Formats: sequence, structure tokens, C-alpha cells
Amino acid sequence: MTDYSLDRVPDLAPSVRYKFATRVLPLLLLALILLSIPLFEPSRTWLSLFNAIGINMVFALSYNMLLGQAGMLSFGHAVYFGLGGYAAMHGMNAIENASYDGGLWAAFPMFALPLVGFAGGALAGAVIGWPSCRRAGVPFAMISLGIAELVAAAGFMFISVFGGEEGITGDRMNGVELFGLSLGPLGEVYWFIAFWTFLGVALMYAFTRTPLGKLAQAVRDNPERVQFVGYNPNRVRYLVFIAAGGFAGLAGGMSAVNYEIFTPESLSVIPSGLVLLMAFIGGARYFAGPILGAVVLTYMQSNLSDYSEAWLLYLGLLFIGMILFAPGGLAGLLLSGTTALRQSLSGKGLVRAGAFAISALLSATGVIVLVELAVRHSNGFGEAFEPFSFHLAPDQMMPWAVGLVLAGVGIGSLKVLSRQGGMGS
Amino acid sequence: METVVFALLNGLIYGLLLFMLSSGLTLIFSMMGVLNMAHASFYMLGAYFAFTLGQHTGFWFALFLAPICVGAAGACVEKWGLRKVHARGHVAELLFTFGLAYVIEELVKIVWGKFAVAYEIPPELNYSLFELFGSQYPAYRIFMLAVSIAMLAGLWYLLKRTRIGLIIQASLTHPHMVSHLGHNVPRIFMLVFAAGCALAGLAGVIGGNYLVTEPSMAFSIGPIVFVVVVVGGMGSLEGAFIASLLIGFLQTFAISIDSSFAEIFSFAGLSADGDIGRITIASLAPMLPFLLLVLMLMLRPRGLMGEREF
Repeated sequence: MTDYSLDRVPDLAPSVRYKFATRVLPLLLLALILLSIPLFEPSRTWLSLFNAIGINMVFALSYNMLLGQAGMLSFGHAVYFGLGGYAAMHGMNAIENASYDGGLWAAFPMFALPLVGFAGGALAGAVIGWPSCRRAGVPFAMISLGIAELVAAAGFMFISVFGGEEGITGDRMNGVELFGLSLGPLGEVYWFIAFWTFLGVALMYAFTRTPLGKLAQAVRDNPERVQFVGYNPNRVRYLVFIAAGGFAGLAGGMSAVNYEIFTPESLSVIPSGLVLLMAFIGGARYFAGPILGAVVLTYMQSNLSDYSEAWLLYLGLLFIGMILFAPGGLAGLLLSGTTALRQSLSGKGLVRAGAFAISALLSATGVIVLVELAVRHSNGFGEAFEPFSFHLAPDQMMPWAVGLVLAGVGIGSLKVLSRQGGMGS
Repeated sequence: METVVFALLNGLIYGLLLFMLSSGLTLIFSMMGVLNMAHASFYMLGAYFAFTLGQHTGFWFALFLAPICVGAAGACVEKWGLRKVHARGHVAELLFTFGLAYVIEELVKIVWGKFAVAYEIPPELNYSLFELFGSQYPAYRIFMLAVSIAMLAGLWYLLKRTRIGLIIQASLTHPHMVSHLGHNVPRIFMLVFAAGCALAGLAGVIGGNYLVTEPSMAFSIGPIVFVVVVVGGMGSLEGAFIASLLIGFLQTFAISIDSSFAEIFSFAGLSADGDIGRITIASLAPMLPFLLLVLMLMLRPRGLMGEREF
């Protein structure tokens, strides 16, 4: 008889070094980036862009707790962002009033306002989640859509709470100062956003490591087996839903302090759709995906809209392209790109990856040329599309032909390449 | 009395328009299990195609041509888009159609501009047919009624009385068996998808000039069509029909009641101040379908006439 003593079993747990590299190092890197941004003395526009990115990061990550972790597709996540934000907004006004007449709120620092948002979002999640989390899949998505429409309509009706069309405003420079930040200048607001962004990201990452976070992934993959093990999938979904609502509310509270205004539009289906795009384009299967998506989409939203009227079309095309060809999102593409690079420096794989990249670039250029020409043609101002000092006039045949050929060649070679054996997907 | 009769007539017309949209959606939904978020976008395409075609051929040709074009567009979407994501499950399909709705709206904005186009009622139908309680009733609405009823009868005949209908019904419930019998099930799926889109296009042709033809028209009616499909029940045309009329009547009646909660409460001997008192029944009208949706999904998930839960 052989004796299998414990010391002969290989240690299956990840090594300390591996744990540090995959779990702690990325967070340290994030903290380093957040700390080093002010060293470059960014301009006001960049600072406000960074603030918006921070808010959207937390919001998109909270959305991904539902979509990526628990497999729940929601069309109404902005409800919790908005309700949390409104709670924070009312808190802000309560602090201001208390600073004149005194009271409990006078001791509450403005810096901690996202906590009020978290509470508001979690409360809304607990109330709304109770009926909607009893169903999963498509019914859940439909219920979330119905509730989003209901709440958005109610937002315009209850004027004393939501302030009607113009929303409610506040002043962040009140109450107790924390860390010596008055929150007046944009640079100080940056520290506020950076603090809460880091805390939100770290906490949501920690959530994925808890038993509840692991169970949520199990519910996503196979709810029936979770039931066999003895857990109630609906309760797991409900708890994740509350947590996701809370973090969405946290982002809402950050947004309340950053913009000092909240309107009922923030509750509507449009921001809900945008956060879905962020999480999915970034990569819903990866924790870092929504972070990437938030960075890219917020940048596109604020900068690309200056360059092109059709930026929403590009966003939609990017989204559809991701669904069709790269369900892992940007994070998945990056990951498969780096592993392909690491494995196949031999040459052949590198050539293939290069051919893929070039044909993708070609087809994107072709589509962009065509869309921009179409935009200028339908505007009818006789404008020409002038990228990099090219002159492409929509009333001539040549530019259209160039666009068509570029797009055709690009898409055709993509097809040929993918027929030879898929990459990534 | 007056309000009731007018609300009944208008509710009937709106309900039938909703049914034209939802009949295609419910067929697609029950056959492929995908709730097409872009279905209302095909309705919008129908209105815009009819506007452009009508400038060249006149309204009557556009009435037939535009739905065919929309159906062809639908077939392309199914063949080159939806079929690819089908293997990755319903959530991926839902996301794909969601993205498609975005893209179609932006394309429409580029091609036809951001504002409403002047898609008008044809002059042959632009007169009042009869007088009711001193108000004129436009002939176009009766024309809409006639088209809707003709479509209803045609659809019923096609599905229940022809061989094609038999095969379609069989592939709804037993796709594998149908393909064993030698029918090309993916092609049937594509044709049903195209036909559903063509019906939505037809609704756009006759509804676009009755309502407004603008890029946001898909976004405003789309969610209501979902409500109809979900309330009616999966795969049930009868259920979709009842739900369409129900929501049509519900909305038009609510719009015609202009009393606020304060008045209603004071009638009942209660008082309501502040926000709740200020809300009128008419302003609640857009919310009612969604209330119905949420209640239905929670209390009776298979809908009014559905055979199975979805």
C-alpha cells in the first residue's frame, strides 16, 4: 500500500508572488497613476475629463457586477446612479442649511458625501431589486427596462424631490473640511474623485474575492448547480443587485459633488445604455474591462464629439463589431494580443497578427471616410472632409470610390484571414 | 359620451398600429427566442423609405415598395448579423439588436437629417369622412383601420390556412423535426424575420404620416411594443392582439382624462397637496404600459395568452 501523506501532495494554492502580481500590483499601479496625474499639471479641461473618467469608472464597474459577474443584463442601471446622486445632492443641501442653523448635518464632511450616495443607491437597489431579481435572463432585462422608464417618468413628476426639468443644484464648499480640502478649485476636486475612485475600484475588486462574489459567478454560469449545492440563486442575485446599486450610487455621489447639479435626465434610459456600452466595449468578462471602457468612451464622448457629428454612429458600429468579432471587448483583445506576441515571436503568428491589424485599420479608415463624406453631403454646406491635409469633397466621385475600395479591401481581407482560422474568438 | 366614442375610435386605430408592429416581433421572438430591440427601428425605416420613395413614385406605390425594402434590410441583418451571435445565447442577441437600434438611428440622422421630415398624408385621403358630435373625422384614420384589418386577415389566413403557415408554426415548436423533414429551418427563420420587419415597415408607412417621422420615433414607440409582446405572452398572436388593443385603449383613455389627483381625491373626500395632487391622469398615460409590464412580469410571467414562460 502506498501512503499518500499530506506532504507529498503538491501545493495547488497560488504562490505569494503570483497573488501579489495579480491582485495587489494592479491596484498599486492604479494608485500610482492617480497620484502622478497632478504632477503633469494638467489643464482644466484635462482635469475635468479625468474627473468624469473617475466617475464613469466606478459606475461602469458597478454595472459589471451585474452583467459580467452575475450575468444579469440590466437596461436601467442609471436609476441607481441617479437616485444615489439625488440622495447626495439633498445631503449637500442639508449640509449647507446646517452650516447656518446648526444640526446633525453640520458635522458631516462634504468629502464623505458619496457615502450618502452609496446608501441611497443601495436602498433603491434593495427596494427595486426585491421584485425584479426573482427572474433572470431576458425577463430581468425587460423588468429593468420597464422600471427605468417608470422611474425616469416619475423623475419629471415629483418636482419637490427631483427638481423638475432643471434639476436641483447645490454648493460643495460647505461643511467640515477633510484632509484640508475645501473642494473649491478643480484640482482639489480631483483629489476627492481620485480618492473615491480608488476606494470604489478596490472595494469592488475585493467583492469579487468574497464568497458572495464567487457565488455570483457560479450563478451566472450555472444557476441550477448552485441550487444543488444549497444556495438560492435568486437571493445571490438580489444581494449582488443591492451591492451594484450601492456602488452606482457611490458614483452618483461623486458626480453630485463634481458637477453640483443633478437632473432627472440622469435617471433615464440613455445613460443606462451608455454604461452598458462602456462595460461591454471594455470587456465584461474581465474585471479591468469596464475601467478601459470608461476611459475610452468618456474620452470619445468629450473629444470625438468635437471632431465628428457621427461619433455615436462610430460608437454603435464599434459595439456591434465587438459583439460579432470580439466578445471579450477591448480587454480581451489586449490580452489575446499580448499572449499571441509572447507565444509566437517565431514570425508566422506575428505576421498574422500584423495582417489582422492592418486590415482592421484599412476597413476602419474606409468606413470613416464614407461616413464623414455622407455627413457632409447630407449637411449640404459644401464642406469637404479634410483629415491630415487631404482634401476629400463629397460632390466628387473619387473620395467615395477611395472609401469604398478601402472598406472593401479591409473587410475582404479580414474575412479571408478569419477563414484561415479565427483569432481570439 | 363624445370623449368615450373618440377615445374608442382612436384607441382602436392606435392599438391596431401597435399590433402591426408587435405581430412581427412576437413571431420573431417565439421562433428565435430573441427579443429584437431594433424592431421599432425597422418601423422608422418604413416611414423614411415611404417618404423618399413617395417623392418619386407617389404614396400608393410606396405603400407596397417600402415594406419590401424594409423586409430585405431585415433579411440582411438576420443573415449576416443575428445568425452569427445566435450561438452565443440570448443575452448576446439582445445586445446585438440593442447596438443595431443605435446604429440605425444614427444612420437615419445622417441620411435624412436630425429633424422631422415632411412626410404627409396623401391628398387623396386628406379629407374628413364623416362628422361625429360636431367634429370632423379624418378619412386617413379610417384608411389606417382598413389597412390594419386587411393585414390582420391576411396574416391569419397565411398562418392558419396555408402550407407555409403550417411549416412556420411547426418550426416554432419543433425546429429539429421540421429540418428532419427536409425544410431549411435557417431560411425559414430568415424569411420570418424579414416578414416581421416588413410588417413593422408597413406600420411605419401608414403610421409615419399619422404621427411624426423623426429620428427619435423608434425610441419612443419601441419600448411600448415590448410591453405588448410581453403582456400578450410569448408566441401568441392572439395575446399580442388583445394586448395591443388593451394598451391602445388604456393610453388614449388616460390621455383624454384631464383631471388631476387633487380633484379625484377631493371627490372622494380626501385632500392631496403637493406633488401627488398636481399629477394628472393624462400625464400618467406614458407610464401606464410600463406599469403593466412590470406587474405582468412579476405576477403572471407567461403573459395573457402565452403557452410557456420565456
